[in-house]
Amino acid sequence: MGILEVKNVNKRFGGLQALGDVNLSVEENSVHAIIGPNGAGKSTLLNCLIGKLIPDTGSVMFDGQSVLGRKPYEINQMGISRVFQTPEIFGDLTVLENMMIPIFATRDGAFRMHAIEKTENEKDIIGQAEQMLENLNLAEQRHTKAASMSRGNKRRLEIGMCLAQNPRLLLLDEPTAGMARADTNNTIDLLKQISDERDITIAIIEHDMHVVFSLAERITVLAQGTPLVEDTPDKIKGHPKVREAYLGESA
Amino acid sequence: MLGLNKKDTALFLIVIALTILAPFILNPFPTNSAMAQFNAGYPDLMQRFVIFGIFAIGFNILFGLTGYLSFGHAAFLGVGSYAAVWMFKLFTYNVIPAIVVAVILAGLFSLLIGYISLRRSGIYFSILTLAFAQMSFALAYSVLSNPKFNLTNGETGLQVYGDDPQIFHGAGLPNLPHLFGWSMRGNNQMSFGAWDFNFNTGYYVCAVCMILAFYIAIRIFRSPFGMMLRAVKSNQTRMTYTGLNSRPYALAAFVISGMYAGLAGGLMAAVDPLAGAERMQWTASGEVVLMTILGGAGTLIGPILGAGFIKYFENIFSKINDAVLHSWFSFLPDGLEDVVVALIYPFVGKGWHLTLGMLFMLVVIFLPGGLVEGGQRIGRFTFRRRDAKGSDAERDAANQRNPAE
Amino acid sequence: MDAIILQILNGLDKGSAYALIALGLTLIFGTLGVVNFAHGALFMIGAFCAVTVQRILNLSVTTVDESRTDFLGNPLKVQTPYVENWFGPEIGAAISDWSVPIAILFSIPIMLLIGFIMERGLIKHFYRRPHADQILVTFGLAIVLQEVIKYFYGANPIPTPAPEAFAGSLDLGVMFGFDPNAIIYPYWRLIYFVFAALIIGGVFAFLQFTTFGMVVRAGMADRETVGLLGINIDRRFTIMFGIAAAVAGLAGVMYTPINPPNYHMGMDFLVLSFVVVVVGGMGSLPGAVLAGFLLGILESFASTTWATTTIPGINQIIIYLVAIIVLLTRPRGLMGRKGVMED
Repeated sequence: MGILEVKNVNKRFGGLQALGDVNLSVEENSVHAIIGPNGAGKSTLLNCLIGKLIPDTGSVMFDGQSVLGRKPYEINQMGISRVFQTPEIFGDLTVLENMMIPIFATRDGAFRMHAIEKTENEKDIIGQAEQMLENLNLAEQRHTKAASMSRGNKRRLEIGMCLAQNPRLLLLDEPTAGMARADTNNTIDLLKQISDERDITIAIIEHDMHVVFSLAERITVLAQGTPLVEDTPDKIKGHPKVREAYLGESA
Repeated sequence: MLGLNKKDTALFLIVIALTILAPFILNPFPTNSAMAQFNAGYPDLMQRFVIFGIFAIGFNILFGLTGYLSFGHAAFLGVGSYAAVWMFKLFTYNVIPAIVVAVILAGLFSLLIGYISLRRSGIYFSILTLAFAQMSFALAYSVLSNPKFNLTNGETGLQVYGDDPQIFHGAGLPNLPHLFGWSMRGNNQMSFGAWDFNFNTGYYVCAVCMILAFYIAIRIFRSPFGMMLRAVKSNQTRMTYTGLNSRPYALAAFVISGMYAGLAGGLMAAVDPLAGAERMQWTASGEVVLMTILGGAGTLIGPILGAGFIKYFENIFSKINDAVLHSWFSFLPDGLEDVVVALIYPFVGKGWHLTLGMLFMLVVIFLPGGLVEGGQRIGRFTFRRRDAKGSDAERDAANQRNPAE
Repeated sequence: MDAIILQILNGLDKGSAYALIALGLTLIFGTLGVVNFAHGALFMIGAFCAVTVQRILNLSVTTVDESRTDFLGNPLKVQTPYVENWFGPEIGAAISDWSVPIAILFSIPIMLLIGFIMERGLIKHFYRRPHADQILVTFGLAIVLQEVIKYFYGANPIPTPAPEAFAGSLDLGVMFGFDPNAIIYPYWRLIYFVFAALIIGGVFAFLQFTTFGMVVRAGMADRETVGLLGINIDRRFTIMFGIAAAVAGLAGVMYTPINPPNYHMGMDFLVLSFVVVVVGGMGSLPGAVLAGFLLGILESFASTTWATTTIPGINQIIIYLVAIIVLLTRPRGLMGRKGVMED
């Protein structure tokens, strides 16, 4: 029984079958990649996992509890964090503040009216946030506005913000899209380090095969809304069905 | 001091000093001099400065921090005014219960409207609040003033009449709003040589309220809650996927700003026990938007500056008529004088709104940070010219500038 | 039955005005992505074009008629409009009588020009700014335009009558077999409705059957892609803005005989037109038209004595009430499309 169990999920948009009978099981503490050609339904699947979309049929269970029908912030509070394709950070806030917010969210829950308390008195939270920034090599920039950082650093920050919540499952949606090679490699190293050091499950959607094969322990190939195969990276590499799906698309 | 950091304490002390000393500061010209028309130190205007200051400070907590642009905040101000006048009518002329009830009722009303309006965001939110405010205006103006159920007294405005119950009204108390016996209209005029200074009870009651309101605003800005509100403005997607529910945060900000508006409305009634529906009209909501933007949305001091600026120039500009203009430019040759006066005339007197509209457009286009940003730019400019070497350090400081400053 | 028809008819003229303004608002929003708070001011400027034309046509030359004397025994001064001097008294009088229809011709180029200047001079710079900034700057512009008009024309409403020929009312009821005087409808309101229908039809036809319109519709569906196709979207935006301004202006010109124009009429209509746009669905042209007429008629029904005695003041709040209910139950409005102005 994996930490994330997707069973018989179907999703239609009008006449288009975006997901057809998707079954997926993600093992706890593994790195699981979901790959597939454009339009295979990867993003739709991801959106079903985090509550942005609700599938027509089927079930999505996280750690034995259904996520369907829950609001995105509730799903996050269950222990699922998500990294977006384009970094979603608080651009107007400083890097340090960016890092403090998820720590607040973990401690205080979805809403707390702490209007008269002072931020600077929250020594614990500031300490944790600074420690996280230290680990991410962002400590020097802690007082700059997050929006003025490089894309690579924004990505680091976003991953760090997700990690600050100690999630049990980290979902990454093409984390290296549009990045320079050096930034991509940095991100790979960061993710490797995370999965080695922490008890965390990582599910990653990715186009870049270099990223996928350097990280993933298991790979699911999605094509036209249904899983084609699921196996280890070595077996996936030579799999005839996978080649067919990709060659048909990208040749 | 009082849990504020050094910079905020300084700012807070400056605001306290300015409000307490306002009767002096605003009357720099001798009473009988030609410049006396630029004096603003008379009670009525000073009261307006601080009351609209409160209104704008509250609006800024919503708009400046969360970015939700409400076009209906005058409705809460109106509710506050009506509530206060009803307290005068039913119970007592003492302003304390009136103000408290005004704040509470405005808070409840904004909870209701905010709960519904905040289900949408962006322009839909603006239009929903606008629709609610216009509806409240229509209700107050006509619907709720029918003979069977006269809550607002329609066009005439709600006021206190001789046959109102006023059950706690004591015999020795003034027959006007008062603070434990001190009439709000009480005024001490002090003369120093050619100068006259007015010390008005109503003004000081309002000023104390504003200082309190400003203090609470600083605390909110510097609290984790304030940080969350800025997060709402910055990126709601990230907020949601960080496990935070942005709606109660926005709603809390909405209600707080509604209560500020209620306080302003209550004070308006306290200094002049009359409440009219036109206070709720959307032009009044537009005015507080203008004040906040003009001063600098999202800054602490901006709304107060904006409110003072608009109210001051509204007062001064409206007084300038063509006779005044002619006397100013009488040193010019006749033909030229007429041309100059004709050019300026549309912008002063009754044309004040034209000036305001243009000024506002200019600010939105060129100076989105308002007067505060303007001041900072000027400061940086002079600083840089004086010390070219320090410019790097200055740029760093500018980068590190807390956006909530 | 006849009462119902009468109320529907009464709602049509206001509904027409709402629909025309909302149509322009939606056009601007859909193509340019700009929320234009100054659109009501364009409606108002249109109305004052009619006022100006009327004043120009009534400009008079004063002559002294020696043969007659006034009550003081002085020679009588006679005011003769220039048009009567130039075209002879009968044609001249007819021309000044027909000032409102003449103003239509006069206002189209003016409104287009104002639209072009507004778009090039101001709106263009706000395409990439947040909607809040667009609202704010156009709000400021609306104040400025309104105050300029107030400066030149004063604060009081200016009566601008329709041509004599349309002054009366039409007994519509008789035509459809009702009792005489059951359904009476002023000619001019009928004309206003027909005129609005023509303009709406014209705009839709223009968008449907011309290449220009096709590009604009494509732009409304997906602005980025059209921009990427290398189509010069900028110039089309400008023209679109001009057209929207002209539509609002014409709505204003024709509305003058129904309600004497004053400087704040734009703001009054703007608030309601925004509500109309939102009810119809942001970015949906048919939605704007439908909601405009619907709300106009609804307002007229709410103004009947029956309605106002049942719920006092319902006529004042009905539109807002409907808007709130629609927004909460159908967030996209009646005919709104997915993805337009969503959070």
